[in-house]
Amino acid sequence: MTEVTTLDHVVIRFAGDSGDGMQLTGNRFTHETALAGNDFSTLPNFPAEIRAPAGTVAGVSSFQLHFADFDIRTPGDRPDVLVAMNPAALKANLADLPRGGLIIADTADFTPRNLAKVGYGSNPLTDGSLDDYQVHAFDLSGQSTAAVAALGLGRKEAVRTKNMYALGLLDWLYSRPVDNTITFLEHKFAKAPEVRDANIAALKAGYAFGETTEVFTNRFKVAAAPVPAGTYRQISGNRALAYGLMAGAAKAGLQLFLGAYPITPASDILHHLASAKAAGVLTFQAEDEIAAIGAALGASFAGQLGVTATSGPGLALKMETIGLAVMLELPLVICDIQRAGPATGMPTKTEQADLTQALYGRHGEAPLPVIAPQSPGDCFAAAFEAVRIAIDYRTPVILLSDGYLANGAEPWEVPDLAALPAIDPNFVTEPNRPDGEFWPYLRDEKLARAWAVPGTPGLEHRIGGIEKADGTGAISYDPANHEFMVNLRAQKVAGVGAIVPPLDVEDPSGAAKLLVLGWGSTYGPISAAARRVRASGRNVATAHLRYLNPLPANVEEVLRSYDRVIVPEMNLGQLAMVLRARYLVGVQSYSRVRGLPISLSELAADLIELIDLDEENAK
Amino acid sequence: MTTTTPAANGGLAGVPLSLTPLTRKDFTSDQEVRWCPGCGDYAVLATFQGLMPQLGIRRENTVIVSGIGCSSRFPYYVDSYGMHSIHGRAPAIATGVAMTRPDLAVWVVTGDGDALSIGGNHLIHALRRNVNITIMLFNNRIYGLTKGQYSPTSEQGKVTKSSPAGSVDRPFNPISLALGAEATFVARTVDSHRAHLTEVLTAAINHPGAALVEIYQNCPIFNDGAFDPLKGAEGGLIPLTHGQPITFGPDAAKGAVRDVAGHVKIADVAEVGLENVLVHDAHAEDPGLAFALSRLTDTEGLRTSPIGIFRDVQRPTFDDLARAQLTVQADPAERLEKLQQQITGTDTWTV
Repeated sequence: MTEVTTLDHVVIRFAGDSGDGMQLTGNRFTHETALAGNDFSTLPNFPAEIRAPAGTVAGVSSFQLHFADFDIRTPGDRPDVLVAMNPAALKANLADLPRGGLIIADTADFTPRNLAKVGYGSNPLTDGSLDDYQVHAFDLSGQSTAAVAALGLGRKEAVRTKNMYALGLLDWLYSRPVDNTITFLEHKFAKAPEVRDANIAALKAGYAFGETTEVFTNRFKVAAAPVPAGTYRQISGNRALAYGLMAGAAKAGLQLFLGAYPITPASDILHHLASAKAAGVLTFQAEDEIAAIGAALGASFAGQLGVTATSGPGLALKMETIGLAVMLELPLVICDIQRAGPATGMPTKTEQADLTQALYGRHGEAPLPVIAPQSPGDCFAAAFEAVRIAIDYRTPVILLSDGYLANGAEPWEVPDLAALPAIDPNFVTEPNRPDGEFWPYLRDEKLARAWAVPGTPGLEHRIGGIEKADGTGAISYDPANHEFMVNLRAQKVAGVGAIVPPLDVEDPSGAAKLLVLGWGSTYGPISAAARRVRASGRNVATAHLRYLNPLPANVEEVLRSYDRVIVPEMNLGQLAMVLRARYLVGVQSYSRVRGLPISLSELAADLIELIDLDEENAK
Repeated sequence: MTTTTPAANGGLAGVPLSLTPLTRKDFTSDQEVRWCPGCGDYAVLATFQGLMPQLGIRRENTVIVSGIGCSSRFPYYVDSYGMHSIHGRAPAIATGVAMTRPDLAVWVVTGDGDALSIGGNHLIHALRRNVNITIMLFNNRIYGLTKGQYSPTSEQGKVTKSSPAGSVDRPFNPISLALGAEATFVARTVDSHRAHLTEVLTAAINHPGAALVEIYQNCPIFNDGAFDPLKGAEGGLIPLTHGQPITFGPDAAKGAVRDVAGHVKIADVAEVGLENVLVHDAHAEDPGLAFALSRLTDTEGLRTSPIGIFRDVQRPTFDDLARAQLTVQADPAERLEKLQQQITGTDTWTV
């Protein structure tokens, strides 16, 4: 008789060859998790190569899911359970599995040849090297193939159902109903009935195997997490970002125009918006990154909302056009889904090393607002905010997401669009001078310039990259005017600070001497690490920057109120450098550039060590 | 910016017509024109300001986008909407304007360096897509604004400050390039031939889709007389007129014929007979013959060169096709409702 054990949280990692369907398996399990009411966070990890050589470590694709009965912040550092579909998957992921962890392995691929390919001299499943773990090794491929034998698939296709068989087994192990995945498969393979039936049969067979085999002494259950009432869905960062852009454009009554060139990990934004024809979104897959932003700027000039989405290498190519947008003072949203660089770097791995590029990467004095979302779902609100600022202030805005947010997913309370604030493009339709002239560079109290769009009679005017005379916008090479305009553009962007909320510090004890300050996607690891530090009886304060430019007005005051400030970043200390330069304060950089999110356990341990050291020194 | 007033046809379909007649003055801005004395750009500007009122469209629905270079100062001098952008990118920017605003007549002003060197990629892609824009390519075969370096259309061996021993670059033939990109409208004209310039530009802006017009334009400072061999008494310009035999020179004594290998060459009409001279067909679907005609330009010496409309064929425009895929609701409330449904998705749970 199998017992059901209740757990508060579990981290499962599905790992296999890139062709094994691990991302799909992970996504389905996540969906079932969402329906079970757990809080969750996911981390897909896949090679840049579409089909790396089969059975190699380089070709391993994995999907990690953390689910719990409480509010969690990260996909977890280390899995409790590793599902390894081949020797390479075991080899690549074993180091992350704590001793005592559960391994579920498909023995079918543990052949001498495949073992040798990844450097195993003998079979780890049988040679005793995994004695410190709980190993459950089954011929998942063979059992799945047998389960679908009657359905008339070829051998190759029959074996491919093994991921659904594994999912069925995990569904049983974690007490999840399979109905929803069956509906999903019916829909996905509606046009290929044999494939549909085989996948469903494999899923059910995997579940039944769990039920009938007596290998597992325990089943697990994770209760629903308490969350505010509302309608929820699962959402990835890139999807949320696309929706935020659409919502912003809709609230402004403008057509959303996306100019983009395919680039990992930003391409999904192009995909999501390309399928938003019913919302009137125009997408333009350009010949290159430069044309992509050029067309977006053209759309903004024409009175619509121009947006471009890219990653670091593309942002570098777009810089000249962003400088033009600064000069033209037109709305433009530039989404940079950061990845590990420089150069091609590691396209599918995450990093935050484009911060200084976003802030300072243009020639001339070309300031612009920079905003960073802190979680996948938050990409919606951050994108909406970027649209609002771009339109209200007639400025390009850079939105700094990253690969971790882009592909990660979490539960998300669906916003009510009607409740979102309206955005007013405030087009000028009449002359704005007493003499009946129109001056395109007359400004409102926010210093935003008059925006008249083509088609408006009487307001014909020319704008361009050459320095503008204040007010009229005519070409000017006057030295004093240039200095005035450089300062004016800087003041306008600094003025966005008026709508930037103060930096909020979380310090439940009120007695913390150490502040951990982050930005962007480090929110999850930082807040989870702080929770662990506090649970150990120590005090730590945390704060998170959403606006990187302009910074909240109280940042200096906050920084100066702590003995020690740690700034964890997935770069070599870019925000730390900005803070030191700006405020002459001694902040300490905590830098990790491994292409992976900062490890919460490592950060928590390091924070505890620092707190204890400071305490010791204070004695 | 939708309108219920009558609109023009062809490439200007969707652009509202002016309710009052316009004049050249309406298209003249208050900016002082600052090209060098004698620059060919003056003639093109004057011709442009003369033809615009004839189109009948509203001035405020005209947009001129330019890149960087002498010619790219053009928008400042025309009293319409305009953008002087960055080097080489005008076709890309104009693509965004054209896609989002079918009610605008969109011109691109560019030069040989702007369009064919730094902006070569954008030019060929705008042409292959058939975006509804009209590109005026001012070709003076030199970099003027940067003071006289050889350009991608300069002849090989050209001595300039950046090529003191003679340029070793092979020049582009812009017409061949445009035809290679399968542009639907490709033409060449000359700055000093006002009537021809007017005729070609008018046809270009009325063409639905991407139109490329190469304008031979004299730079009196850095490349003066570059086109003189063509304009001499020998008559090296080969006028192309749809439906007419391709003859040129004094007494139309020379003509374009196919040789036995299928190439196009120049022959004495008296020798081959007028019946064997090619009759120009600008509407031929296959760009092959137009390409062969474009090769009659000897890019080195520039003693012969066809002018006129090489190709003018109808194909759906890129921007029309892109807009046709939209299934957007006209009513804003309904649109927001649809968006709410999309954002909500089908797999939700309620707490």
